[in-house]
Amino acid sequence: MEIIDLRGVSCPTNFVKAKLALEDIETGTIVEFLLDDGEPVKNVPRSLKADGHKLLGLKEVDGHYVLTLEKGEE
Amino acid sequence: MADSKIDLKNLKAGGFIKERGKDLFTIRLRVPGGRMSVDRLSRIADVAQKYGKGYVHLSVRQSIELININFSDFDAVVAELGEDQQKVASCGARVRVPTACGGCEYNPNGLVDTQKSALEVDEKLFGTATGHHKFKVCFAGCPFDCPKSAINDVGFQGAIWPKLAAEECIGCGLCVKSCGEGALSTGADGKPVFAPENCLYCGDCVKVCPTSAWKVEKRGYSVRVGGKWGRRPLVGTLYATFLPEERAVDFISSVLAWYLEKAEGAGRVRLGDIILREGSASLLEHLRKDFADYILDQTILPQIIDTQLPLR
Repeated sequence: MEIIDLRGVSCPTNFVKAKLALEDIETGTIVEFLLDDGEPVKNVPRSLKADGHKLLGLKEVDGHYVLTLEKGEE
Repeated sequence: MADSKIDLKNLKAGGFIKERGKDLFTIRLRVPGGRMSVDRLSRIADVAQKYGKGYVHLSVRQSIELININFSDFDAVVAELGEDQQKVASCGARVRVPTACGGCEYNPNGLVDTQKSALEVDEKLFGTATGHHKFKVCFAGCPFDCPKSAINDVGFQGAIWPKLAAEECIGCGLCVKSCGEGALSTGADGKPVFAPENCLYCGDCVKVCPTSAWKVEKRGYSVRVGGKWGRRPLVGTLYATFLPEERAVDFISSVLAWYLEKAEGAGRVRLGDIILREGSASLLEHLRKDFADYILDQTILPQIIDTQLPLR
């Protein structure tokens, strides 16, 4: 399970880093992103959705969020 | 001072504004929605370079203004700008060039095509004489309302009404998280519960939904009427919700008709001041004739802003 920690990374750098990380991952892989509460969790999921990845779930854990997605086609 | 070689048609259109300097004028260009192709911009730069004093001004209503133009160069400037490509704007008691934000074309927040609306209004209503005062219209793509729709005579703000397809919802809670207005809360089954009385129609729920379970049921404009700024500012108030985009021109025409009728004999007065005098019910009733599906049952008067001057 790929876990990518974007806590402490502000917008839009967090999205850009997520995007770049996903480029090196195989299509169909399940990936988890750790995101801060606030703007990051409100913006990053839909930006990744717009990039064609399949969002599977979002959970709050200890004040931050875990976004689970399946890497989509390029 | 009048030069018989100047085309007075150009002057009558407005947009030629006298400056302090002898024989010098500002030429206000017509740029609906503030959208400018690079080719046009380049041509404007050439003309400004040739006839001006080295700079232009970007006006607060998205125009490019050529500064320090000698009146004897008017016809040449208009010709070199190319009448089919770049026209001159208006001033005085006319419908002005509509302003607009980027809308939904490239801005992920935009809910409606404000640029399309601005171009349509510009084509059909720009320059219409009101007989009384200026008339300003603008289009905002969403409730962030960057163009400040409520301080225009008629201001449009993009809006959507959301609807949940519960079977497609994965209970992720992102919509509840995104809603800043308290219109969404988490239900016992983990799916969102909608409180429509708190909804501003911003569509953040729809935008953030990972499975598109939230869908757009209705899309249109929230329309405010009666705004103005200047010495005695008024904030316009809501007359219609979810007005379809294609009806914007007709709506403005209807408001103009009411304005012209009620302002008869009142001289140089803005729409908002006429509404203060006649009451909002009169305008609501007039608009209800053609826009019944969208007009509010009632609204409030234009809101008077206290500028604190003169000091008391």
